[in-house]
Amino acid sequence: MSFMDHNGGSVIAMVGKECVAIACDLRLGSGPQGIASKFEKIFPMTDRVYVGLPGLATDVTTLHEQFRFRLNMYTIKEEREIEPEKFAHLVSSTLYERRFGPYYIEPVIAGLERLPSGGYKPFIASTDVIGCIDWSKDFSVAGTASTKLFGMAEGLWEPDLEPEDLFETISQTLMNAVDRDAYSGWGALVYVITKDQVIKRVLKGRMD
Amino acid sequence: MDVSFALTGKGYVIVAADTTAARSIVKMKSDEDKIKVLSPHLLMAYSGEPGDTVQFAEYVERNIRLYQIRNTYPLRPPSAASWIRRTLADSVRSRHPYAVNILLGGYDTSTHTPHLYWADYLGTLASVPFGAHGYGSYFALSLLDRYHDPEATLEEGLAVLRRCIEEVSKRLVVAPGKYKVKVVDKDGVREIEL
Repeated sequence: MSFMDHNGGSVIAMVGKECVAIACDLRLGSGPQGIASKFEKIFPMTDRVYVGLPGLATDVTTLHEQFRFRLNMYTIKEEREIEPEKFAHLVSSTLYERRFGPYYIEPVIAGLERLPSGGYKPFIASTDVIGCIDWSKDFSVAGTASTKLFGMAEGLWEPDLEPEDLFETISQTLMNAVDRDAYSGWGALVYVITKDQVIKRVLKGRMD
Repeated sequence: MDVSFALTGKGYVIVAADTTAARSIVKMKSDEDKIKVLSPHLLMAYSGEPGDTVQFAEYVERNIRLYQIRNTYPLRPPSAASWIRRTLADSVRSRHPYAVNILLGGYDTSTHTPHLYWADYLGTLASVPFGAHGYGSYFALSLLDRYHDPEATLEEGLAVLRRCIEEVSKRLVVAPGKYKVKVVDKDGVREIEL
């Protein structure tokens, strides 16, 4: 009866050397029956802030629309783009507003934080359904395959991976974890975010 | 129980739904139309809790038409899907949710592309090449995985639909007898006799 397992799906984010990566599977199911294989769960909020929303699909769409609205209001009022850490707080407060009737989503946030010196620092974080923020230093996982993602990431991750190596690491972590989970998979995609560009790659995986 | 299918093809969307209205063991009506025409290029097949279905479908139909009256042009399929989804998502956390699942098929006359959306009573929305609701989906979706071709002609699409209907008739205990089939393409909506 868990709402978190109804539609399925998983998201992972990892920190690299002056880059971050965030990846998700593409499955949307209704219980054990698969419905769609192009259901993306990662949304670009700004050029340098990305959010992954695994959980109940209706809330994935609703929260995406909510965050887009609140982020646009922030940008209009502040006359500047939001930073990842502030966005994490925005996510947290949006979720806590529904403390006694929550959105069934565990967001994962990834981005590049602008430094006073002009450079960028990688940032990841995740929250629970009511907005408690976990400021990770290495990786953040969420979704139906979270336990498997924890295991894979703990084994494969190392600090200071270059963007190409980070891509390989996060891809292997995600692919092997979702292959052990019935409710995740049916395709995957990976975003690698560096200060100059963002590369979105669609992975070829098992479609069972 | 309610069976509905839909599939896209080259420049069209076919939407089919059974025409049986039943309560418990009694088949009350066998010519019920469960596909609403929301606008000249938009179809919606609905299924779910009796009563909720027609109330919700008519509410959607009237609001989509209101938009067209106010703005002189109809809502495009992605926008209509978004509005319908929002209505369902707001409903699900209300005092009495609409327990209605829908398949929304439309033709976008500005980009000349067919669109098909699967939505359920929770407000889940997915853009799909083909879809189904109800017990019939257990038989139809695997057939569609195998035989669906997004570039198929209308005749080929109808042949695939016929396969799905035949399989449901053969294998589902409470298989419906008749189906209503509607097609939407650049020329609008029309009904098809299978």
